[in-house]
Amino acid sequence: MSVDLEKLAQEEYKYGFVTDVEQEIAPKGLNEDVIRMISSKKNEPEWLLEWRLGAYERWKKMKEPRWAFLRYPKIDFNDISYYAAPKNNPRPKSLDEIDPEIKETYDKLGIPLEEQKMLAGVAVDAVFDSVSVFTTFKEKLAEEGVIFCSISEAVEEHPDLVRKYLGSVVPRGDNFYAALNSAVFTDGSFVYIPKGVRCPMELSTYFRINAENTGQFERTLIIAEEGSYVSYLEGCTAPQRDESQLHAAVVELIAHDDATIKYSTIQNWYPGDKQGKGGIYNFVTKRGRCIGRASRISWTQVETGSAITWKYPSCILEGDNSVGEFYSVALTNRLQQADTGTKMVHVGKNTSSTIISKGISAGEGQNIYRGLVEIGKNAEKARNYTQCDSMLIGDRCGAHTFPYIEVRNSTAHMEHEASTSKIGEDQMFYCRQRGLSAEDAVSLIVNGFCKEVFKELPFEFAVEAEKLLSVSLEGSVG
Amino acid sequence: MLEVKNLHVRVDDKEILKGMNITVAPGEVHSIMGPNGSGKSTLAQVLAGKEAYEVTEGEVTFQGKDLLDLEPEERACEGIFLAFQYPVEIPGVANTYLLREALNAKREYREEKPLKHVEFGKLARDKMKALGIGEDLLKRSVNAGFSGGEKKRNEIFQMQILEPTLAVLDETDSGLDIDALKIVANGVNSMRDSGRSFIVITHYQRLLNYIVPDFVHVMVDGKIVKSGGKELAQELEEKGYADF
Repeated sequence: MSVDLEKLAQEEYKYGFVTDVEQEIAPKGLNEDVIRMISSKKNEPEWLLEWRLGAYERWKKMKEPRWAFLRYPKIDFNDISYYAAPKNNPRPKSLDEIDPEIKETYDKLGIPLEEQKMLAGVAVDAVFDSVSVFTTFKEKLAEEGVIFCSISEAVEEHPDLVRKYLGSVVPRGDNFYAALNSAVFTDGSFVYIPKGVRCPMELSTYFRINAENTGQFERTLIIAEEGSYVSYLEGCTAPQRDESQLHAAVVELIAHDDATIKYSTIQNWYPGDKQGKGGIYNFVTKRGRCIGRASRISWTQVETGSAITWKYPSCILEGDNSVGEFYSVALTNRLQQADTGTKMVHVGKNTSSTIISKGISAGEGQNIYRGLVEIGKNAEKARNYTQCDSMLIGDRCGAHTFPYIEVRNSTAHMEHEASTSKIGEDQMFYCRQRGLSAEDAVSLIVNGFCKEVFKELPFEFAVEAEKLLSVSLEGSVG
Repeated sequence: MLEVKNLHVRVDDKEILKGMNITVAPGEVHSIMGPNGSGKSTLAQVLAGKEAYEVTEGEVTFQGKDLLDLEPEERACEGIFLAFQYPVEIPGVANTYLLREALNAKREYREEKPLKHVEFGKLARDKMKALGIGEDLLKRSVNAGFSGGEKKRNEIFQMQILEPTLAVLDETDSGLDIDALKIVANGVNSMRDSGRSFIVITHYQRLLNYIVPDFVHVMVDGKIVKSGGKELAQELEEKGYADF
């Protein structure tokens, strides 16, 4: 069996190829000139440049957070390039204008940009390094008044909306990485769902890091007006490289009265090799504000990639009766480390939140759940349910749980359940006795463990997530 | 079909099987009886390939192959099935899903095409009725929240789908009421044929009223001390194991 496992271990990251495309890359290092360059490349208005420079001023005074249960070498922020864009026609009007190399990249990743080839009912914004290269189904969505475009385009076409909401959920000085992102963000997606509209398709952004020694700093902004609904999905991959690369994104969601935003992530950044060399450092700030009454924000994440993950998608439940949800599967294999979880901040009355976190550690992976449930003093009858399960595969990995609960209103109702289990020898033996290989048995048991989270994903992606989990687990037994 | 010669097995430095011998020919039903701790379940687990058991001496041949050389899943695909004494729960994995995966793994091993959902569904439904298994049991997670009787019936159901050449039933009768016992026994009897053999491990003679064995073996302290026909079971029921 060991021979097969070795073979599998070598082919396990399937998206590690590099696209050979002529790129314009900013010189390494971060200073005001670089920020001005990015801003002018994007023809940004003065206010946005000022906003960026203000963020940079704050960032310079901030310290890199080190409270997470993560070990990694010091990041040299001057050894990173903050802008990389394909040279040929960075914003094509039609598919024919896209660099064929880039188009082929997305084909290889299983994301064909031709609308007729797409999964029925999914619109895609494709972000390649620092820029959005194409957005599909824009016209069809526009018929319903839905805006789905790159954030750079939104700055030009819908400046009032961007100005009103940018930084309204994650202020530019929120934390070290959010400040960095605010200073240098290059692209990302923008979504606006007008009042009463149920977005007719799944929206999705596919992030691809390609260039060497560059960071990816995208910014996503989703606004759901009263009574609207949108389901959004992001996917990510990167080439296999020896040097670690930084990804520091910010995602802001705003849900007005009775609006629902479902945000799903399938994160499959390059995790590094067997010795822990290379891999993406993923430092991401994701937060949603349920501003409106009975609004709802639901985060679902399947995190299988990255060398380091630092990510806590959160909900601020301001509107009365608003609902926040967090469903997470995080898998660490080999030397991967993930410190992830959520914050549910209950401000309004009758607000409720659900947290279901499934952490799987294999190899020498370390998996940390870190969560905060905060019930404010005016949050009458707030409710939270937290379930936090960890599974260990082998005896060199680790699972750690840091749940924080702060309650300032005595009418709150809190439930917390947690479990840690080792993948059962007995379960494995049972499956193998029925004829399944050890690999298939692990994947079956782990997928069962994650069922509650996978059922929250849109159907096509749930299937994808199961496959991804199986691939990521390869080499974890034997 | 199966030949176990002078088998010695250790678990955690303790010798459990101390020179076990048994030969099972195609079509035969053998019953192994014996007091608690005599090594009956160990034999079942060793045949199925449980890793915690260390074989220190002896050999096991199954259809001409050295069984001890094979991984558990290879043994399963070669036709060995173990009905577990304590079937494990696997949360989140639908019963029917595990079974379809298992059947298709076996078919792949034999270089047959995998069964499609529809074909498998039909096969499952045909077998279910006789065992009194409802659709809901198929959809529920493997053994999770099953009653004792449901777990045992589910094992027999799996056996019927997987159609093993040699089935080892490890105390499948324990915890069953008389109605469930009859259902389980019928499930086994309906599969008896000239090419398929069974090893039925039990404490009680009761089960053997319904599954009538060709041979009964008494196992004490890691080896077989007496063998005979079905009448031996009756004798044991009356006298107990005190004489051995």
